[in-house]
Amino acid sequence: MAIDVDVFKRVPVREQDASERAHNFEEVCYGYNAEEAMAEASRCIGCKNAPCMGGCPVSINIPGFIAKVKEGNFAEAFQIISESSALPAVCGRVCPQETQCEHRCIRGIKGEAVSIGKLERFVADWARENGIKPEPAKEKNGKRVAVIGSGPSGVTCAGDLAKMGYDVTIFEALHEPGGVLVYGIPEFRLPKEKVVKKEIENIKSLGVKIETNVVVGKSVTIDSLLEDEGFDAVFVGSGAGLPKFMGIPGENSNGVFSANEYLTRSNLMKAFDENSNTPIMHAKKVAVVGGGNVAMDAARTALRLGAETHIVYRRSEEELPARVEEVHHAKEEGIIFDLLTNPTEILADEKGWVCGIRCVKMELGEPDASGRRRPVVIPGSEFVMDVDAVIMSLGTSPNPLISSTTKGLDTNKWKCLVADEADGKTTKEGVYAGGDAVTGAATVILAMGAGKAAAKGIDEYIKSKN
Amino acid sequence: MVEKIISAGQRKEEDRVYSIVKTEQLTDTIYLMEVKAPRVAKNCLPGQFIIVRGSDDGERIPLTICDYNREEGTVTIVFQVVGAATEMMRNYKAGDAFADFVGPLGCHSELCDENIDDLKNKKILFVAGGVGTAPVYPQVKWLHENGVDADVIIGGRNKSLIILEDQMRTVAGNLYITTDDGSYGSKGVVTNEIQKLVDAGNKYDVCIAIGPMIMMKFVCKLTKELGIHTVVSLNPIMVDGTGMCGACRVTVGGEVKFACVDGPEFDGHLVDFDEAMKRQQIYKTAEGRAYLAAKEGDTHHGGCGNCGGDK
Repeated sequence: MAIDVDVFKRVPVREQDASERAHNFEEVCYGYNAEEAMAEASRCIGCKNAPCMGGCPVSINIPGFIAKVKEGNFAEAFQIISESSALPAVCGRVCPQETQCEHRCIRGIKGEAVSIGKLERFVADWARENGIKPEPAKEKNGKRVAVIGSGPSGVTCAGDLAKMGYDVTIFEALHEPGGVLVYGIPEFRLPKEKVVKKEIENIKSLGVKIETNVVVGKSVTIDSLLEDEGFDAVFVGSGAGLPKFMGIPGENSNGVFSANEYLTRSNLMKAFDENSNTPIMHAKKVAVVGGGNVAMDAARTALRLGAETHIVYRRSEEELPARVEEVHHAKEEGIIFDLLTNPTEILADEKGWVCGIRCVKMELGEPDASGRRRPVVIPGSEFVMDVDAVIMSLGTSPNPLISSTTKGLDTNKWKCLVADEADGKTTKEGVYAGGDAVTGAATVILAMGAGKAAAKGIDEYIKSKN
Repeated sequence: MVEKIISAGQRKEEDRVYSIVKTEQLTDTIYLMEVKAPRVAKNCLPGQFIIVRGSDDGERIPLTICDYNREEGTVTIVFQVVGAATEMMRNYKAGDAFADFVGPLGCHSELCDENIDDLKNKKILFVAGGVGTAPVYPQVKWLHENGVDADVIIGGRNKSLIILEDQMRTVAGNLYITTDDGSYGSKGVVTNEIQKLVDAGNKYDVCIAIGPMIMMKFVCKLTKELGIHTVVSLNPIMVDGTGMCGACRVTVGGEVKFACVDGPEFDGHLVDFDEAMKRQQIYKTAEGRAYLAAKEGDTHHGGCGNCGGDK
C-alpha cells in the first residue's frame, strides 16, 4: 500500500486552503480518494460488539461497510450504508461524528478514532460518481403515505416507506426539495447541485413523488390529505423554521437579519452569485450573534461575501454549541470571536440603517439549569462595536402553521409537536411526526433517526388496520 | 439578456403546472394574469396572498390575490413592473407558465369571519391606491356576493394608473375616483375624498385601506382623527412567506409581527409606518441594479450610479 498507515493516527483529509476558500463558495473539504479511504479503513479493528453503531442514530452497520471499503468493494459498502441511511453523502459531511459514532470508536482510546464520517462520505460520493443507486422495493403494497417536508426527517421517512412498498408523496412548501439542506447549510459545507440534488434524486428513484409549493396548513390541510386525497397516514417533518430575535431596541433596523433570511437568500436563492435576481446585503463589518452551527454558517457566508465578520457570543469558547470542526474552520478563515460578549442594543443612523451594536462584557458564574455556567454582566463594561449589519442566530422554533390548522394534534409549551420517540406517533390517529418539528432545532442525523423510527411506526399502524 | 431571461418562461408542455390562462395589460406598467393553481384556488379567501417565481432562477415575489375561480382552479394576480423579475413576467403570454406559484399565504380578511347580518349593519369604506386596487377587489366582491355593498375610493397619480374600475363598479356600492392631477375623477388625494364623504354626513364603521405605504399612513392618520377603525394590508419584503425568514417583520402596537403569517392585514392605527417605510428601502439599490442590468442588457454600463459597472 502506497500510504503509510500509523494505526494511532487518521489518514489526513485534504482541504481547500483557508486563505483561498475565505473568498469562494467551493467546498472546504475535498474528502478521501480511493487509496486514502482504503488506508483509513484498514485502521478499523472490526469490533464484534461495534460500539460505534450504538452512537449512530440510524444504526448504520459501520464495521460492515468499512470492511468492504478495506477490500476496495465500494459498491457493496454503499448498499450496506443504504440499508440504514437515505442521505449518506449529506451525513458524511454534516453529522457531528465526533460526539456520535467516532466518540465510541475503540481506536479512539489510545489514538485517533477511525474517520467514519469521511469514509461514509467517500463511499456515497463514489456511488454517485459511478451511477449506483439504492435498490427500490420489488412490490408495491398499494397503501399511500403523505410526508410533509422534504428535509432530513421527511426524506428518510419517505425513503424507508418506499423501500417497504408504500406509495409516498412528499409535500414541500418551498420551490426546491431538501429543506434545511437546501436553504440552511451553505454550499461550501454541502454542495447543492452535486450532493443534495443527487441524494433527492435517489429518493425519487425509489418511487417517491415530490410536490413542491404546497404549504400544508394553507394550500391543503392534514385532514383533507387523510379524508379527501386518500392517504392512509401522514408524517409531519416540517422542521423548526421560525427565527428567534433578542427583543432588544433597534432590532428592526435595516441591516439586522435573521440567520434564516441571510442563509436562505444565499443558499436557496443563490444571492451569493451576482447573476441571481435575489439581492443580499454586502456588508463591510458584520456581527453574528450566537454560537451554534447556524451562526458559524452565517458568519462564514458573510466572510465570503467580503465582510469583516465577528461572532458575538455571551459565554466562553468551551460552551460554543457549534461543532469543534466548524469553529476550527471559521477561525482558520479569519472569523473574529468576541466571546463573553452580549448585545444590549442595535444602533441605527437617521435613515434607519445599522451603524453599531452596543454590547456588555460577561463573566461566567454558577452553572444554570442546562449545566453550563451562567453568563453574568460585568458592571461598567459597556462598549459599542461599529458594524453595518447584524445577523441574529439565536435558534429557531417549530412553525405553528400545521399544528394550528389540525384538530387533535397537540403541541407542548415550546410549540413542538407531541410525538412518541419510539415510533413518532402523535396525538392524532394516523399522524406521525419527527425531526425538529418535535424536538426543536437539532441535527440532521437526529431528524433522520426520527424519520426512520416513524417509518416503522407508520408501517405497523397501516398493517394493524388491515 | 432580456431575451435570454424571457425564454426561461417558455417551458415545455409537461412542465406547465402553473400555466397562464389569460393576460391583460391594465396600464403601461400594470399587468393582470389569470393562472392555473388548483390548490390555491380551492383554499384561498380575500386578503391572502401568493408567491410567484417567473422562472427557475427568478426571485420569489409576493402578490396579493385579486380574484379566484374555484371551479376553474384559477387565481388572478395583478402586478406592477418594478424590478428585474416583474420586467421578465410582463412578457409572459397565455399558454406560458410560471415556474412556481405557492399559496394561499397569510391570514384572510377579518371580514370573512364576521357574522353576515352584523356586516350588513356596518358601513364599510374601502380605499384603494394604485395597484392596491387589486387586493381590494376580492373583498368588495366577497361582500357583494354576501349582500353587503361597500363604498370604494380608488386613487391614483393620474388617469392611466386607475385600474379595475369597471369590475369594481359592478360589485361596489358607491364608487369614487380621485387622481392627484385631476386627469380623471376628482382632483386630489384619497384623504381629501374621505374627508369630503365624512363632511357630507357619511358615517363609516370601518375603513380598509390598501395601497402604497405612504397612502396607508396618511389614511390612518386621518381615520384616527375621525375615529374610524382602519385595516391596512402590508406588502413588505419577504423571502419564503411562511414565517421562516423574518424579513417582513413589522411593529404593530409595540409588538413585532411577521406580515407573512400574522398579517398581511393589521390594525392601521397600530402600525409603525415610519419603520415599515424604512425597511422597504433595504434592497432598493440592489433591486434597481438587477432591474437596470436586465433592461439594458449588454448596454448596461452603470448609470444607476451604484454598481461601478462603468469602471
